[in-house]
Amino acid sequence: MTTLILYALLKIAGFVLGYVMLTATLLTWIERKQSALAQDRIGPARASIMGLRLGGLLHIPADAIKSFTKEDFIPDTPNPWLFKFAPVIAFIPAFVMFAVIPFGPGDLIISSASFGVLFILAVTGISVYGATLAGWASNSSLSLLGGLRAAAQMISYEVTMGLSLVGIFMVYEDVNLQNVVIRQGSNVLNWGIVTQPLAFFLFLAAVIAETKRGPFDVAEGESELVAGYFTEYSAMRFAMFMLGEFIAIVGVSAVLVTFFLGGWQVPGLEETGGWYTVLQVSAFALKTWFLCWLQLMIRWTLPRFRYDQIMHLGWRILLPLSLLNVLVTGIVLAIIHG
Amino acid sequence: MNPIYDPYLPLGILLLLAIGLGLAIIFLNGILGPKRMSKEKSTPFECGNDPGTNPRQRFDVKFYLTALFFIIFDVEVVFLFPWAVLYREQLLAGNGWFFFAEMVFFLGILTVGLAYVWKRGALDWE
Repeated sequence: MTTLILYALLKIAGFVLGYVMLTATLLTWIERKQSALAQDRIGPARASIMGLRLGGLLHIPADAIKSFTKEDFIPDTPNPWLFKFAPVIAFIPAFVMFAVIPFGPGDLIISSASFGVLFILAVTGISVYGATLAGWASNSSLSLLGGLRAAAQMISYEVTMGLSLVGIFMVYEDVNLQNVVIRQGSNVLNWGIVTQPLAFFLFLAAVIAETKRGPFDVAEGESELVAGYFTEYSAMRFAMFMLGEFIAIVGVSAVLVTFFLGGWQVPGLEETGGWYTVLQVSAFALKTWFLCWLQLMIRWTLPRFRYDQIMHLGWRILLPLSLLNVLVTGIVLAIIHG
Repeated sequence: MNPIYDPYLPLGILLLLAIGLGLAIIFLNGILGPKRMSKEKSTPFECGNDPGTNPRQRFDVKFYLTALFFIIFDVEVVFLFPWAVLYREQLLAGNGWFFFAEMVFFLGILTVGLAYVWKRGALDWE
């Protein structure tokens, strides 16, 4: 029992607290640098220790210290407890999502539960509450609108998110993510992005809408709603929304990698164990970083959609397309095996 | 069952850790940060103006409608998962077209529902 808990803690420490948290905190800096590059600015470069600036990298600890020492402000609201715990509710789902994502071969997965992706879908469902409760409890019109927009947008794209994965389950016959990765194998032509190309783009669009980023960020649309559902938040509660968002970026990148880019598989490498495992874990890390960067790139390349355009895209384009994807996958598989 | 592969224990540990970390961050901030409340400060932020609208007003019924559609469609999506996992197995067992027809029937009902809400203008956001 003790070994069991220690083993689980080791995996959590290495993967979630190590890799994921490190990536998420670095992303706060990379996002600002990336946007600076995209807009021909220098970006963060002020924080320094004895003249040492490290290209703005010191803004990460500076921001952490600043958020921790600012006033934990609670506005005059009829729902103070909802207001207090909404950031925690927004933060937890992003964090526990990694439990079922395999980061290496064998038992390099925190929980090898058979329900796999159902857990991810359930947990992303909970993350809707964080934004909505925050918007409702803030007792501000701007926050309420942001919260409502976030809720309607997230649940709309959740349908596409689930439906676009049906094709993947038809091809790989499992909802456990480790088994999906094993069935994809080391042959690139058998990876999800080749066998389910349409599903990849549908799922990518759905998860970006789900994280309320990129062209789908009307929920916080600063030109209309100040900061949307977290307008009234300050200090660490505000930082938890941001941290949750950046962890969610890493999370959806890891899910995308797992389903569509072969997870930890290295092209052409069949063996596992020893140095091969190290190589495969690194492959997973690199692929996830690439997709994180891709999401930042998308955010700073595309202009924000209007809200009716978002709902139009979700219900009238992505949903019929994902239904079509299931149908076509069914026909193709029936022809291959029939 | 090999206890190493007990999947629920690590899940529980991670969940507790997430809740604990979340609460610890908030708690630490409460200790380190100053407390300077005032009446003006606790009014809703509307760019310095006095709050013009009551935040507890009625909002568009479309948000409720979207939530209803979500429940309908998302539950149906979940029903598709077991079917999708078994599909290839059933194909190889020889009763693939029957299994396929079942899904087409099910998706057909789903599509009719979507076409109906579409036609009624429930998906229009203006």
